[in-house]
Amino acid sequence: MSAAAAPTGMFDCRDAYVRTVQDLAGTDPRIVAVVNDSIGSSKLGTFRDAFPDRLVNVGIAEQNMVGVAAGLANGGKIPFVSGAGCFLTARAMEQIKVDCAYSQSNVKLCGISSGVAYGELGATHHSIEDIAWLRAIDGLTVIVPADPWQTAQAIRAAAAHDGPVYIKISRMPVPELARTDATFTIGMAETLREGGDIAIIANGTLVHHALAAAELLEGEGVAARVINMATVSPIDAGAIAAAAATGAIVTAEEGLAHGGLGGAVAEYCARHDPVRMRMIGFPGFAPTGSAAWLMEHFGLSAAGIADAARDLLGRKAA
Amino acid sequence: MSHPEQLRPSVDVRANSLEQRVATVHERANWMRRRLLGMIVDAGQGHPGGDLSATDIIASLYFDTLRIDPAAPRAANRDRFVMSKGHCTGALYSALAGAGFFPETELGTYLKPLSRLNGHPNRTYLPGVETNTGPLGHGFPVAVGIAVAGQIDRADYRVFVLTGDGELQEGSMWEAAMFAGHRALGNLTVIVDRNRLQQGAGTEETNGLEPLGDKWRAFGWDVVEVDGHDVAALLTAFDEAAAPRDRPRCIIAKTIKGKGVSFMENQAGWHHGVPNAAQYAQALAELSA
Repeated sequence: MSAAAAPTGMFDCRDAYVRTVQDLAGTDPRIVAVVNDSIGSSKLGTFRDAFPDRLVNVGIAEQNMVGVAAGLANGGKIPFVSGAGCFLTARAMEQIKVDCAYSQSNVKLCGISSGVAYGELGATHHSIEDIAWLRAIDGLTVIVPADPWQTAQAIRAAAAHDGPVYIKISRMPVPELARTDATFTIGMAETLREGGDIAIIANGTLVHHALAAAELLEGEGVAARVINMATVSPIDAGAIAAAAATGAIVTAEEGLAHGGLGGAVAEYCARHDPVRMRMIGFPGFAPTGSAAWLMEHFGLSAAGIADAARDLLGRKAA
Repeated sequence: MSHPEQLRPSVDVRANSLEQRVATVHERANWMRRRLLGMIVDAGQGHPGGDLSATDIIASLYFDTLRIDPAAPRAANRDRFVMSKGHCTGALYSALAGAGFFPETELGTYLKPLSRLNGHPNRTYLPGVETNTGPLGHGFPVAVGIAVAGQIDRADYRVFVLTGDGELQEGSMWEAAMFAGHRALGNLTVIVDRNRLQQGAGTEETNGLEPLGDKWRAFGWDVVEVDGHDVAALLTAFDEAAAPRDRPRCIIAKTIKGKGVSFMENQAGWHHGVPNAAQYAQALAELSA
């Protein structure tokens, strides 16, 4: 995909998710969808209409949903489990650990409307702990795609990958990113912008903010490298090493400021390339407020990322 | 320490008369009891009470009912057995070894460092294990998922799952029971090992399950109650479950925790526990009688 080919506007990644699962299901009869009364919130109405026998709705029962998905995988299916990220991860954590990861079941877990998408509903409905929890689980691939194209690519890669995968799917509108190298491989980060003064490592809804922050910094004479670390587990050590070579790293994610992507990068750096860092994310349970307001308020924005970069570099805002 | 002789299963036992089939299962179950006690003695730990209450059920499945091929443990159309009460690996592993899924000599590695015979079953270690269990409330929902896959594919394999009775205190069990009833999973049979004891005390004094049959019926299940040590009754219940049905079947198997070893029977203290040399000798003598 060339830069010119990127569609303009803002997109809900759930649409790319559903379109891709439905495309795959059309050619692969093993693909089934598993939901917890979440057909509407997962936008799976068209899937249900196209493949009524292949939509398994367990009702409001997340533990059973994930266990049933592992059983479907045992029976030769490729289940795409689709539920609100907050409930799918927290309520079914032991099923994700035991039935999916420890059993190495071929289950694809899709956390829908993740992060703070349900802003006003409060911390019960935010899934900001998910990546910290899930990246601790051995054998579970964890992907946080940044835009519709990468969401579709992640879904295809997950379907082709023999093993459990978690995909964090946002509903917060994001732009389609401009790319010169349109490939997606699980475990490979993409460097969206070169720069030697500082590196910004982001994923999901924060990637376009990271690119905008790099623009701001460029105007101040700072060359920021921007890395889209879509796969958190297994993480791309080479991309972190290249980031560490700049001498300063800012991480940014729609999740906790600790334990998730920032934590994963910090672990690598502490072992191999100690480097000063700032982690952008939520400090803990977030209050009520729209998703957009929460992001802005807690500095999950171009301005917030640029501020963290200036702070790291000992510069004042221009 | 010497252990009982080892056995290989015969082939296609279901061609035999019910009397012959029962005799075969009895012989294998007796061998399993002797063998699993030896494993526990060697390992210095285990769950003999629950192993022994489940032995006749598991022997009936592995040495009669299940259509399985140890040479093709992941064959698409195999019958599935899911061990939801995953702590009773003495019974499961002795059955798997006896059925030919791995060498019987490997039973001697039970719970030893790096053994494939983990304290709880692991499908990535050991052929014949369908899903990893151990924490209660996991195997049954997975079995329901396998049955849903079979229902979607109109496959003719059957799914059996063995649960503890104390395990029915886990909420995920009733999520799965409700969904299996809703989907009318006629290819699914759950067997409840109803020994009435959980780790600390009786089920009814801890968090009572009765009226248990009514609970399953209310969730849309066909329920039968059998003596879980009456092999003829078990085989008949498993055979009947093969008939086309519009509902999943629950077999409440009334069992005795520690069955077959007099000093272990109905003793909650033998949930965990290792016989000493004299107790082991007595147990083998009783099982030889």
